Amino acid sequence: MRFLIRRFQPEQIRELFLVVLIVLVVVFFSSQIPGYFSARFVNRISTSVVVVAILAVGQTLVFLTRNFDMSVGSIVGFTAYFLGQQLWHHPGIPPWAAVLLAIGVGMLMGAINGVLVAYGRVPSIIVTISTLAIYRSFLVEYSDAVPITTNNLPDWIVNLPPLSLFSIGDVEFRLIFGIMVLVVVIFQLVLSYLPFGRRLYAIGSNPAAAEIAGFPAQRMVFTAFLLSGGLAGLAGFVFLARFGNISVLAGIGLEFSSIAAVVVGGVSNMGGSGTVFGAFLGALLIDLLENSLFRWQVISEFWRDAILGMLILSAVAIDYVVIGRLRRAWARAGLQMSVEEAQEKPEVAIHAG
Amino acid sequence: MPAKANILQSILERMKSWEGGLVIILVVVFLINSLVAPNYLSIGNQINLFILSIEKIIVALTMTFLIINGEIDLSAPSIMGLAACATAYLFGQGVDFGTALVVSMTIGLATGLFNGFWIAIVGLNSLVVTLAMLISYRGLARVFLEDRSIGDFPDWFNLLGQKSLVGPFPLALLVFFGLLVFAVIILQYSSFGRRTFVIGNNKDVARYSGVKVARVKLTLFIASGLVSALAGLLLAARLGAVRGDLANGYELDIITMVLLGGVSIFGGSGSLYGVFLSILIILNIKNGMSLANFSGHFQTGVIGTLLIFSVLVPNLVNDFQEAMQRRRRMRQARAELPGAASIAQSDSSGKP
Repeated sequence: MRFLIRRFQPEQIRELFLVVLIVLVVVFFSSQIPGYFSARFVNRISTSVVVVAILAVGQTLVFLTRNFDMSVGSIVGFTAYFLGQQLWHHPGIPPWAAVLLAIGVGMLMGAINGVLVAYGRVPSIIVTISTLAIYRSFLVEYSDAVPITTNNLPDWIVNLPPLSLFSIGDVEFRLIFGIMVLVVVIFQLVLSYLPFGRRLYAIGSNPAAAEIAGFPAQRMVFTAFLLSGGLAGLAGFVFLARFGNISVLAGIGLEFSSIAAVVVGGVSNMGGSGTVFGAFLGALLIDLLENSLFRWQVISEFWRDAILGMLILSAVAIDYVVIGRLRRAWARAGLQMSVEEAQEKPEVAIHAG
Repeated sequence: MPAKANILQSILERMKSWEGGLVIILVVVFLINSLVAPNYLSIGNQINLFILSIEKIIVALTMTFLIINGEIDLSAPSIMGLAACATAYLFGQGVDFGTALVVSMTIGLATGLFNGFWIAIVGLNSLVVTLAMLISYRGLARVFLEDRSIGDFPDWFNLLGQKSLVGPFPLALLVFFGLLVFAVIILQYSSFGRRTFVIGNNKDVARYSGVKVARVKLTLFIASGLVSALAGLLLAARLGAVRGDLANGYELDIITMVLLGGVSIFGGSGSLYGVFLSILIILNIKNGMSLANFSGHFQTGVIGTLLIFSVLVPNLVNDFQEAMQRRRRMRQARAELPGAASIAQSDSSGKP
């Protein structure tokens, strides 16, 4: 037990639990559906998880500051449409410029959210529930009900999703999956090691203390929304590449999927805890469940949402009850250990105290 | 006599407050609409603009209680859909229609109880719980109906939803005004209402003062579930047919009505008078934009903008007032300092 406590944090145990859960889901459905687990299935999951996983990274940043970003569904829809239209009318735009354009448009929308939340002090749920509607109405007005189709797009973006960097057997490591891995790794490192990341946790843990400690809380909340918008723009790019056909309804409901991923992944919006990797695992678990339930003939596919909602609720409830208890146990054990250490080496304790 | 003066005074004070601003906005909207659209002022149109959103404004009443209490119920529109779909499903299966209605109301009660259990008793965050349930209850509604649309309800049900019951008023409007009066009495003039406010102000203080916090919250969520189910059935009666996405996305409109009415999202303050005024404003704006041929998405965008401003403007006004106070205090402090009087004088002479 002591080894366990020294070695792991409650958050890591939670992530381990998620990995076990993912394996269990795969094992369960393998026994239910013949030919379920194959290289093709892995490829499909690794492609379909990308959009929600990228959104979940941005949502994590916002969640850590005790806020919500409900507007990402509309940001994805708008950037996907806007980019598609630009590529339609200017097929010469190079790929890197297209990606930057998508991120830029997303950041602009994220900046509007950020200004209103951080500097206008309007609660984030109000701001982003409103901008969810406002950005969607932008899209409707802007598109004039003309959909984007794959025929209108340049070849490179249509052929992007199956583009593979390398493959092991039949399992491909696709470029867009690579982009997602890059995003997850970068933001995990930022949150773990850079001052910006550590301060995000500090603000989430205790906003008042962070303020007194002199952290620029407003600017950091703004940055979190800015980055969330930019990542939603990137997700919009991937969305366009994956689906090709973009209507005014594109991306509806993605805000719920991203929040679900983050909450299942153990990111708390009540106290600065959780990791980007956890959010990715949450996105993976949900995507796996959606894809598997879809193929499972025993129950109708319409059960998917009902199960998804209950999954989110149980994740939150488990987090509150079990992980809360674990944390208290860890804190107690940590205290006890430091007391024992102090008894063994009293002179160290005096200096430390 | 003094009582009368008090009432006058309180009316005057109210005019200066949030509600006063709402009244002015309402008058402006009213004038613009009646100038632009000639048939706007007809009784038929005035009742029609209520009827088109009647289910939302019914749910807005219970939402007002919840938000004043410091909670929120995002799952209300999904409960509306679930109740209507359950009725349609049971009816399609050949169950007696009256029984189907009773079952649906029971489902409303059960959903409210379920939400309330996790929030009031376990202590989870209502935003997250009801967000999850928004997805789940909607999913269940789709499980009932899949991709079908079920209609052909008994005639009396459709008539109740579509025809006037008393004079020009259909049932749903009477239900709304009945619930409004009931809600005003409960929230503004009963001890339960006072407890709702106290809990919204500070949950811990309320608990230490002997208020049964969990019981009040649970009651409110059950009421929200029941009223949402009722609203869902009224919507089904009005539309005459039910699909899985019935009432999908209503949460924005409902919450906007409550917050624009001056209810604080952090709980503890607000009134049903303000909410009623904001309902009138939103309905009239929507009606005017419909008469001027603006699309539904555009209208939602405008409502969203209105919602942001309804919180942003008071914040900015507050900031401004604080800054002014600080300046006044600075000036006073400077005036009290000997030797600095000349600066203070030159300062105040500029602005009498």
